[in-house]
Amino acid sequence: MTLVVKKTTQLIAGMIFMYGIYVIVHGHLTPGGGFAGGVVMAGSLIVIILANGTDFLKLVKEKTGTTIIESLATIMVIMIAVAGFIFGTKIFFNNFLPKGIVGHLVSAGVLPLYNIFVGAEVAASIFIIFLSLIIFKEESGE
Amino acid sequence: MELAVSIITGLMIIGALYAIHAKDLLSSVIACGIVGYSLVICFLLLKAPDLAIVQIVVDTITLIIMVAVVLDSSREEPFSKPDIQGYVSSITAILLMAVLLYFFIISIQSLDVLGKSSLRMAYHYIEEAAQKTGSANLVTGVVFDFRGYDTMGEAVVLVTAVLGVLTILRLKGKK
Repeated sequence: MTLVVKKTTQLIAGMIFMYGIYVIVHGHLTPGGGFAGGVVMAGSLIVIILANGTDFLKLVKEKTGTTIIESLATIMVIMIAVAGFIFGTKIFFNNFLPKGIVGHLVSAGVLPLYNIFVGAEVAASIFIIFLSLIIFKEESGE
Repeated sequence: MELAVSIITGLMIIGALYAIHAKDLLSSVIACGIVGYSLVICFLLLKAPDLAIVQIVVDTITLIIMVAVVLDSSREEPFSKPDIQGYVSSITAILLMAVLLYFFIISIQSLDVLGKSSLRMAYHYIEEAAQKTGSANLVTGVVFDFRGYDTMGEAVVLVTAVLGVLTILRLKGKK
C-alpha cells in the first residue's frame, strides 16, 4: 500500500482498538458487549495487517500467541460459571458478586467479567481465522 | 417505519437474486454486501443497536476475506444450459412453494395475535431484569445471566470453528 494509507491506518488503528475496549468494558451499561467489542478489536488488528503487511515468520509467531489467548479466555468463561457452584447458591452461572448500584461502571456482579473474557475470546478467534488464511496462502505458494 | 423496512427488505431480495445470477464472482460477493449492509439499516430502524454493531463489523471482515478468496480463484462461475432435469426440479420447487403457502395461510388463521402469548416472558424480563442482574443494559443481563448456557454454547461453537479452520488449512501436517 502507499505511504498515505499506511500512516492513516497507523493513526486510526489504536483508536479503533480503544473503542473496542470501551464497548466491552461498558457492555453492561450501553449497547454492545463482549461479542460486538471483540469483533471491533479484531477489525483494528486486521486493518493494520492489510495496510502494512508483515513478514511470514512474524505472522506464525503471532498466531501461536493468539491461540493461547483464545484458549485461556474460553477456559476463564467456564471457570467463572463453575465458580457459581462454590460461592453462594449452588447454580451454574450464579451471579455471586455484589450487584452494586444500577448504572455505575463497577456493578452487575460478574457480568463485566464475562464480557471481558468473551470479548478477548471473540477477538482472538476472528483474528486467528484471518491469520490462518494468510499463512495458508503463503505456505501453498512456496 | 414499516414502509422503510419493507423497501429495504425488497432491496435485499434484489441483491440476493443478483448474487445468484451474476457471472463474475466478484460482483456476486459485492451483491452479498448489499444484503448485509441493508440488514444493518433494518436493525437500526428496529432499535437493535447491539446487533447493528456486530453485523456491520462482521459483514466488513467477511467481505474482505471473500474478496481475497475470489481474487485467488478463476472468478467465473461455471455456466451450463438448462436441461430437462433442471426444468423438472424448478417445476417441483414452484409446486412445493404453492402447497406450503396454502397450508401456511390456513395455519396462520388459527394462531393468536402476534406476540400476545409468546411475549409473556419478554415482559417479565423488561420489568425485572435490571433489579435482578444489576445491569443497566438489559441485553447483557439476559444474555449472560438468564440465558448463560446459550452464551457459553456460542463461545464454544466459535472455538470449534477456529479449531476446524486450523485443522483444514494446515498443510505441514498433511504431508
